[in-house]
Amino acid sequence: MAKASKQTVSEGLQRVTLTINGKSYSRDVEPRLLLVHFIRDVAELTGTHVGCETSNCGACTIILNGKSVKSCTMFAVQAAGAKIETIEGLAKDGELHPIQNAFWENHGLQCGFCTPGMIMQAYWLLKENPNPTDDEIRMGLTGNLCRCTGYQNIVKSVRAAAKEMR
Amino acid sequence: MVPRKFEYFAPTSLKDATSLLKKHGSDAKVLAGGMSLIPVMKLRLGSPAYIVDINRIPGLDYIKVAGKSVSIGALTRHHTIETSKLVRDKLGILAETAGWIGDPQVRNMGTIGGSLSHCDPSGDWGAAILAVRGSVRVKGPSKERVLEIDDFLVDTFTSALKDDEILTEVSVPLPPPRSGGAYVKLERRSGDFATAAVAVQVSLDAKGVCSYAGIGLTALGSKNLRASKAEAALLGNPLTAKAIEEAAEAAAEDAQPTPDPLRGSAEYKTEMARVYTKRGIELAVQRAKKVK
Repeated sequence: MAKASKQTVSEGLQRVTLTINGKSYSRDVEPRLLLVHFIRDVAELTGTHVGCETSNCGACTIILNGKSVKSCTMFAVQAAGAKIETIEGLAKDGELHPIQNAFWENHGLQCGFCTPGMIMQAYWLLKENPNPTDDEIRMGLTGNLCRCTGYQNIVKSVRAAAKEMR
Repeated sequence: MVPRKFEYFAPTSLKDATSLLKKHGSDAKVLAGGMSLIPVMKLRLGSPAYIVDINRIPGLDYIKVAGKSVSIGALTRHHTIETSKLVRDKLGILAETAGWIGDPQVRNMGTIGGSLSHCDPSGDWGAAILAVRGSVRVKGPSKERVLEIDDFLVDTFTSALKDDEILTEVSVPLPPPRSGGAYVKLERRSGDFATAAVAVQVSLDAKGVCSYAGIGLTALGSKNLRASKAEAALLGNPLTAKAIEEAAEAAAEDAQPTPDPLRGSAEYKTEMARVYTKRGIELAVQRAKKVK
């Protein structure tokens, strides 16, 4: 990780500067502020969802310095200096990312609450393994819960995205 | 879920980190991957007044061969160990164990040093490091010491770390030829803590006689336990089906599970200790026979 900003700005607060989807954000925050709340409330990027808040559901999955993590299980101060990618950063020039498109085309969502986390995790998974088997897709998504789809179409979507991206 | 207020430090050297720990004593807690500590703080099961984040300290994230051992830096993430070619080639049991921890996102953040220091009896690393008879290096403000894993794991959520010490490295002896290991785990659903899990490492001599046996148990006692009777049942014997069965029965005696309202009675867990030890030994032996 990049260097920390250590100066105490006012009592009990610490300056956090980080990059989300290429844009820099800076705010004095309490150390107990969770990264997901920095993303949603400070950066006002509400595509990253808060689901279970107990590190189970994966709705809050983001990419931190190239690795997928659950942003509800990390303090914003830990991410000072980090490069973060969220669901809002995937589409380019009004064009959906191939993973987003694949979820659209394959009915990979119903209510859509888990979808940002699913897509960010799939994004990391396909970077690690551009040609996954169905088993590898399922194992790669074990940290993301969906209560609607039964996962069949999510796996299908990721498989389709992988094909498109190769 | 919001943790209680705390003061946050992100030191950039072990010296600074240990002096912060010395200053704040038991009110301070080390933050590594945070995959256990942060949920604990959010649920307010624990509310340390001072958090010492060691992630800004360089030089604690590595896997390397050092003499006749493999050394793993405390901040090495589970995913790094899971996918390390060196680990897969030399100590497959560790890569397999890493792959059973939590879920992919947790493995991207969680660290081997943090997991061991947390000393959760349901943690996976303790059993694996017992099986391979690893040691840990811990550093305090003025001195460093090396502890065998058996001495490091003290009790539930209690390691041998003093308040001002940090685990910096895990070291595992390189196994001889004809060695193999396995980590087999029973979980209610993917990503759950173990109902029971067993780590097995064996070595065979040229005649197929067991020349090394290490067996560690997860979620089968107040901490990760060494299955000593099961190890003794293997050592010095050819690993026939009968010998494996006897070792598995011995492992059930070694296990000291407490009933878990979510994951099964003590009786069930004891039986799973037997079943999974048997499977673990069979798999380890198969792998040992393939490794020249």
